[in-house]
Amino acid sequence: MKISDLRVGVARVATATIALLLTAHGSAQTTLSFDAMTERLEACIACHGKEGRTINAEYLPRIAGKPAGYLYNQLVNFRDGRRNNAVMSHLLQPLSDGYLREIAQYFSSLDLPYPPPQAPKVSADALRLGETLVLRGDASRKLPACSQCHGTPMTGVTPAIPGLLGLPSAYLSAQLGAWRAGQRRAHAPDCMGEMAKSLTPDDINAVASWLAAQPVPSISKPIASLPAPLPIRCGGVPQ
Amino acid sequence: MSVRRGLKWAAALLTLALALSSGMVLNERYSDGEIAAAETAETAKPEQIERGEYLARIGNCAGCHTARGGETYAGGGAVNTPFGAVYASNLTPDKTTGIGAWNANAFYRAMHEGRSRDGRLLYPAFPYPNISLTTREDSDAIYAFLMNRVAPVKRENTAHTLRFPFNNQLALAAWRLLYFKPGAYQPDATQSVSWNRGAYLVQGLAHCGACHSTRNALGAPIAGHAYDGAMMPLNDWYAPSLTARNEASVADWEIAQISAWLKHGISERGTALGPMAEVVYQSTQHLRDDDAQAMATYLKALAPSATPLTTIAAASRKADAQSEKLYVDHCSKCHGDKGEGKPAAFPALAGNRAVTMANTTNLIHVVLAGGFAPATTGNPRPHGMPPYYHLLSDAEIAKLLTFVRSSWSNNAAAVTDLDMVKYRNALRTP
Repeated sequence: MKISDLRVGVARVATATIALLLTAHGSAQTTLSFDAMTERLEACIACHGKEGRTINAEYLPRIAGKPAGYLYNQLVNFRDGRRNNAVMSHLLQPLSDGYLREIAQYFSSLDLPYPPPQAPKVSADALRLGETLVLRGDASRKLPACSQCHGTPMTGVTPAIPGLLGLPSAYLSAQLGAWRAGQRRAHAPDCMGEMAKSLTPDDINAVASWLAAQPVPSISKPIASLPAPLPIRCGGVPQ
Repeated sequence: MSVRRGLKWAAALLTLALALSSGMVLNERYSDGEIAAAETAETAKPEQIERGEYLARIGNCAGCHTARGGETYAGGGAVNTPFGAVYASNLTPDKTTGIGAWNANAFYRAMHEGRSRDGRLLYPAFPYPNISLTTREDSDAIYAFLMNRVAPVKRENTAHTLRFPFNNQLALAAWRLLYFKPGAYQPDATQSVSWNRGAYLVQGLAHCGACHSTRNALGAPIAGHAYDGAMMPLNDWYAPSLTARNEASVADWEIAQISAWLKHGISERGTALGPMAEVVYQSTQHLRDDDAQAMATYLKALAPSATPLTTIAAASRKADAQSEKLYVDHCSKCHGDKGEGKPAAFPALAGNRAVTMANTTNLIHVVLAGGFAPATTGNPRPHGMPPYYHLLSDAEIAKLLTFVRSSWSNNAAAVTDLDMVKYRNALRTP
């Protein structure tokens, strides 16, 4: 399939989804085509990459295909100061909740191939630690497994929990580090902040390295729901 | 040695004299001091509360009296001044940390005279030199809104971080003696009702001059410089002149275009970006049609001035292949091959005053940091300009902007590498 074909396909799906979403919210506003939204969102695309893939994934994450509720929460967090990035904050200041929801929906609806996994640069012991923490957690430290919230396939859960695969290790460890240091925050109760504060720098390195080394499964979409309730309360995630 | 000692004594005496006279000023003019805590809430009619909510929006009170991500009106927003940061106070009706113990008199005195309920002088970062013009009736309405429609939030006010001597009430008293007199709007009988309403809002509650008028070294307005354009306190944006035809004067715009711009952040004549996009988003988009028209009428009628344009001789303009390639690669897709833009989406760059204005702060800022027009009812899904801080070097941006400023019908002076240096720093401010 050529990129242009893919794009048209994505466009149709996206337009349909946006239309559906707006109908579901009873919005009186007319919906915009995929191309009309693309034209408006050049400011996002310039960094987060053509069609939602990125030019510098260590720092500017891929946002294509992430759950819309998650993307919306991040946009609001940047606008309202729970996440800090001068340029993101500046860009989002004059934008309404309604528009941010549509922007989130636009990037969420993109269905694009993922990069191959990264070859790990850490020891086998570190990888084993990473695998254990991600899949089983550590009951002795009251650490739930990542997969308990982010889903067994680790592709996230609709509407607001992001997938953890297809991201570079440097990005993942930077985010966990920022959470641990209180520089990245979410709506209270900030469950990821609590989790990250229970991790050591070695834990973070291990988890990030193991996750980045995993291939994204062929079904890369977030799953619809978790088999069990979340082990911890999270603001911004419907529970 | 003795001369130096003499000078020291003279300086000390002068300081003492200043302090004494300021003290007397404080005593004489501001001796009525504290207004007693209100025991019972004053009654307010729903129409008054509604009007107060509208007026608070036009005054953009929440713009400063809300910390980023904080509760609306609970205070904490910083106003960065050349003298340090002033933090806006909690305006929610909380009894201990907000204005819950204030009555309408105390509130009016704050608006009109710039004094807190306890008699303390307020810093003019709270734009009382402008909003002093607000009528008692309008002040009461805003008070009624804050007391009756806003939920009390317990949030202690953040202490200002002003440097000496600006952190001193005596210094402030002296400043006020020199630069501030409580005012009232005096209608001009030779002008229309709409013009007068616009003047009342623009000069007063909407405090446009707080950013758009030149201030002196002590941050006070200068006579004869109303709306002639000024740098924002952090030097990261320029509030353009509203009187200069080659800046942001709207003298040759239609009234409908001006009011559309105030309400929607966009009209066929221009788009709001940067701090003004925030003002439109938070404040002016809520203007009633008649008030938008009134402000437009007043702004259009401002006596025009012209700031000198630094232009370049046509002969020295030569197309530089590298600069043109930068334009083609990064800009032309949206702004067009000839800088013509696309109506209602991408601003034209040819003939755009924000591009050719002598002060290039905003132009450079927008290229570095990008920006969205405000999301408003008239333009709910605005277009955005991408940031280029990470894609282009300072030298490339200087070349590119020089090209844009001197191509097509544009004939403005070059942007130099040196111009770029200071904006890089302004952008690093979180």
